[in-house]
Amino acid sequence: MGSQEVLIEAQQLTKKFDDFTAVDHIDFKVYRGECVGFLGPNGAGKTTTVRMVYCFLPPTSGELKVAGFSVNTQCRQIKNLVGVAPQEDNLDPDFTVLKNLTVYCRYFDIPKDEAIKRADEQLKFFQLEEKSNVPIDALSGGMKRRLIFARALINQPQILLLDEPTTGLDPQARHLAWDEVRNLKKKQVTIILTTHYMDEAAVLCDRILIIDRGKIIEEGSPAELVKKHAGEEVLELDYDEKLLPTLKEAFPDAEFERLGERLQIFTDKPHGVFEGFLKDHPMQNVTIRAANLEDVFLKLTGRGLREQ
Amino acid sequence: MSSPNLRKSPARFTMPKLTYRVWKVWRRNFDVFTKTIKVNFLPSLLEPILYLLAFGFGLGGLIPSVQGQPYIDFLAPALVAIAIMNGAFFECTFASFVRMYFQKTFDAIVATPVSVEEVVAGELLWGATRSTFNATIVLAVIAIFGLIKNPLFLLVVPLAFFGGLMFGSIGMCFTAVAPNIDFFNFPSFLFLTPMFFLSGTFFPLTSVPLQIAAMAVLPLTHIVNLTRAVVTTHVTPILGLNTAILLLISLTWIIVVAVFFFIVSINLMKKRLTG
Repeated sequence: MGSQEVLIEAQQLTKKFDDFTAVDHIDFKVYRGECVGFLGPNGAGKTTTVRMVYCFLPPTSGELKVAGFSVNTQCRQIKNLVGVAPQEDNLDPDFTVLKNLTVYCRYFDIPKDEAIKRADEQLKFFQLEEKSNVPIDALSGGMKRRLIFARALINQPQILLLDEPTTGLDPQARHLAWDEVRNLKKKQVTIILTTHYMDEAAVLCDRILIIDRGKIIEEGSPAELVKKHAGEEVLELDYDEKLLPTLKEAFPDAEFERLGERLQIFTDKPHGVFEGFLKDHPMQNVTIRAANLEDVFLKLTGRGLREQ
Repeated sequence: MSSPNLRKSPARFTMPKLTYRVWKVWRRNFDVFTKTIKVNFLPSLLEPILYLLAFGFGLGGLIPSVQGQPYIDFLAPALVAIAIMNGAFFECTFASFVRMYFQKTFDAIVATPVSVEEVVAGELLWGATRSTFNATIVLAVIAIFGLIKNPLFLLVVPLAFFGGLMFGSIGMCFTAVAPNIDFFNFPSFLFLTPMFFLSGTFFPLTSVPLQIAAMAVLPLTHIVNLTRAVVTTHVTPILGLNTAILLLISLTWIIVVAVFFFIVSINLMKKRLTG
């Protein structure tokens, strides 16, 4: 968990691209050693915010301080402390796997011997040793993601920015990445993670900011958010109009949501309420599950597709 | 749209702040280049040989002399100048665009302590290096053909570097505004090709309007003047100017234009890359 030392602080942070406001007067703090998840639909402003943290994009207005340095004037200091794993593949296709890491070290003024040592360590951890002398084009998508992760750690950053780090990874590689995130948290590395995988955010993040249309619409720990917005349990069943009055009567305090041909019923009552009901009303195609972050996310940001 | 606390937007046009990190970008390109040196070396070597054979000996055989010198002697320094032009221009247009747009190499570098300005400056210095490399190969070829007539011929090396910086910086301005890679056909055909033919390269500029136009808007003219001076000492007179004054004008022209476009191109690229 994080300490009380504020490492990243945004005040009224705004980014506009021509007439489009990607990030709209947001305030947030990230404490040292914390892992904070930025969740939001596509185009919500997550990546833009992350890009402002590592000085890739200058803010249009507002304040953003990273480790006490201003992103407007002290980029060099900030970038020395930060490791970035961007969403897109920007590995250097003109070099081999190993050379990608050692050339990257050079940008950080890391001496050659140390660079080779660090590169070897990272390749070993991310199980890319055998690919050391292979050109980037010969790597699979998952290997590229792992190499991007390894490259982000090469300057031993205090702050790690992971922009959808596990998109396209198979479950094995995903767990490897998660292990590394946990490992880094133990070393008090501060992490900002953007992801579309709610299970990933729930497992890794101490705190979550839900961002939509450039604004932070909710924040809290995963457990808090689930409890507050989705309750304890969810009953999912086929939608049937005739059954609706019975259900409403059985669960007067629950929330009902229709999802196409399915109905979801959310309750904040302790476990067991749905089981009792099902014993009296046996039916097909029913699931009882714990409420999760995805329920919260969909509830807060809606179900409509974005980017249309 | 504008809110009262909106900070004054940063100045549109600034002097780039550069540190030694420029060389790390240069070094990245150098590392790639040395890996593929054989592929890079061959065209640079073959092209001047073909020009010397086709135009120097072939066409030149039909021409008694150009202003008192054999045609091939007239041609040889121009080939050095063309190598200077092409080396940096193509490096800072097509090649830089590929690194910026397709490979996203610049994005990866600016996540490190290297700044956008330094990335672009490193690309420009690398372009200048390519010009120097190409010009040196051409120089070696014409040396083998016995066409070097001036003991100060090694001045081609610094000349190629600064000339390359000029052409690279001009090219980088196109890169900063290029929507896609096909866009470079415009500067290639509308700027480079006319310059290739009309800068006193293959024939002396004898008509006054062409002399004025070439001196004013075709940077290659100035490079040709200087390579002629450095390689053969035989400078083609333009506008009746004294040779020393002509060379001074060309040198000043190159330095002023190189510095101007160096700064402008970095600013334009910064605007493109950081919005």
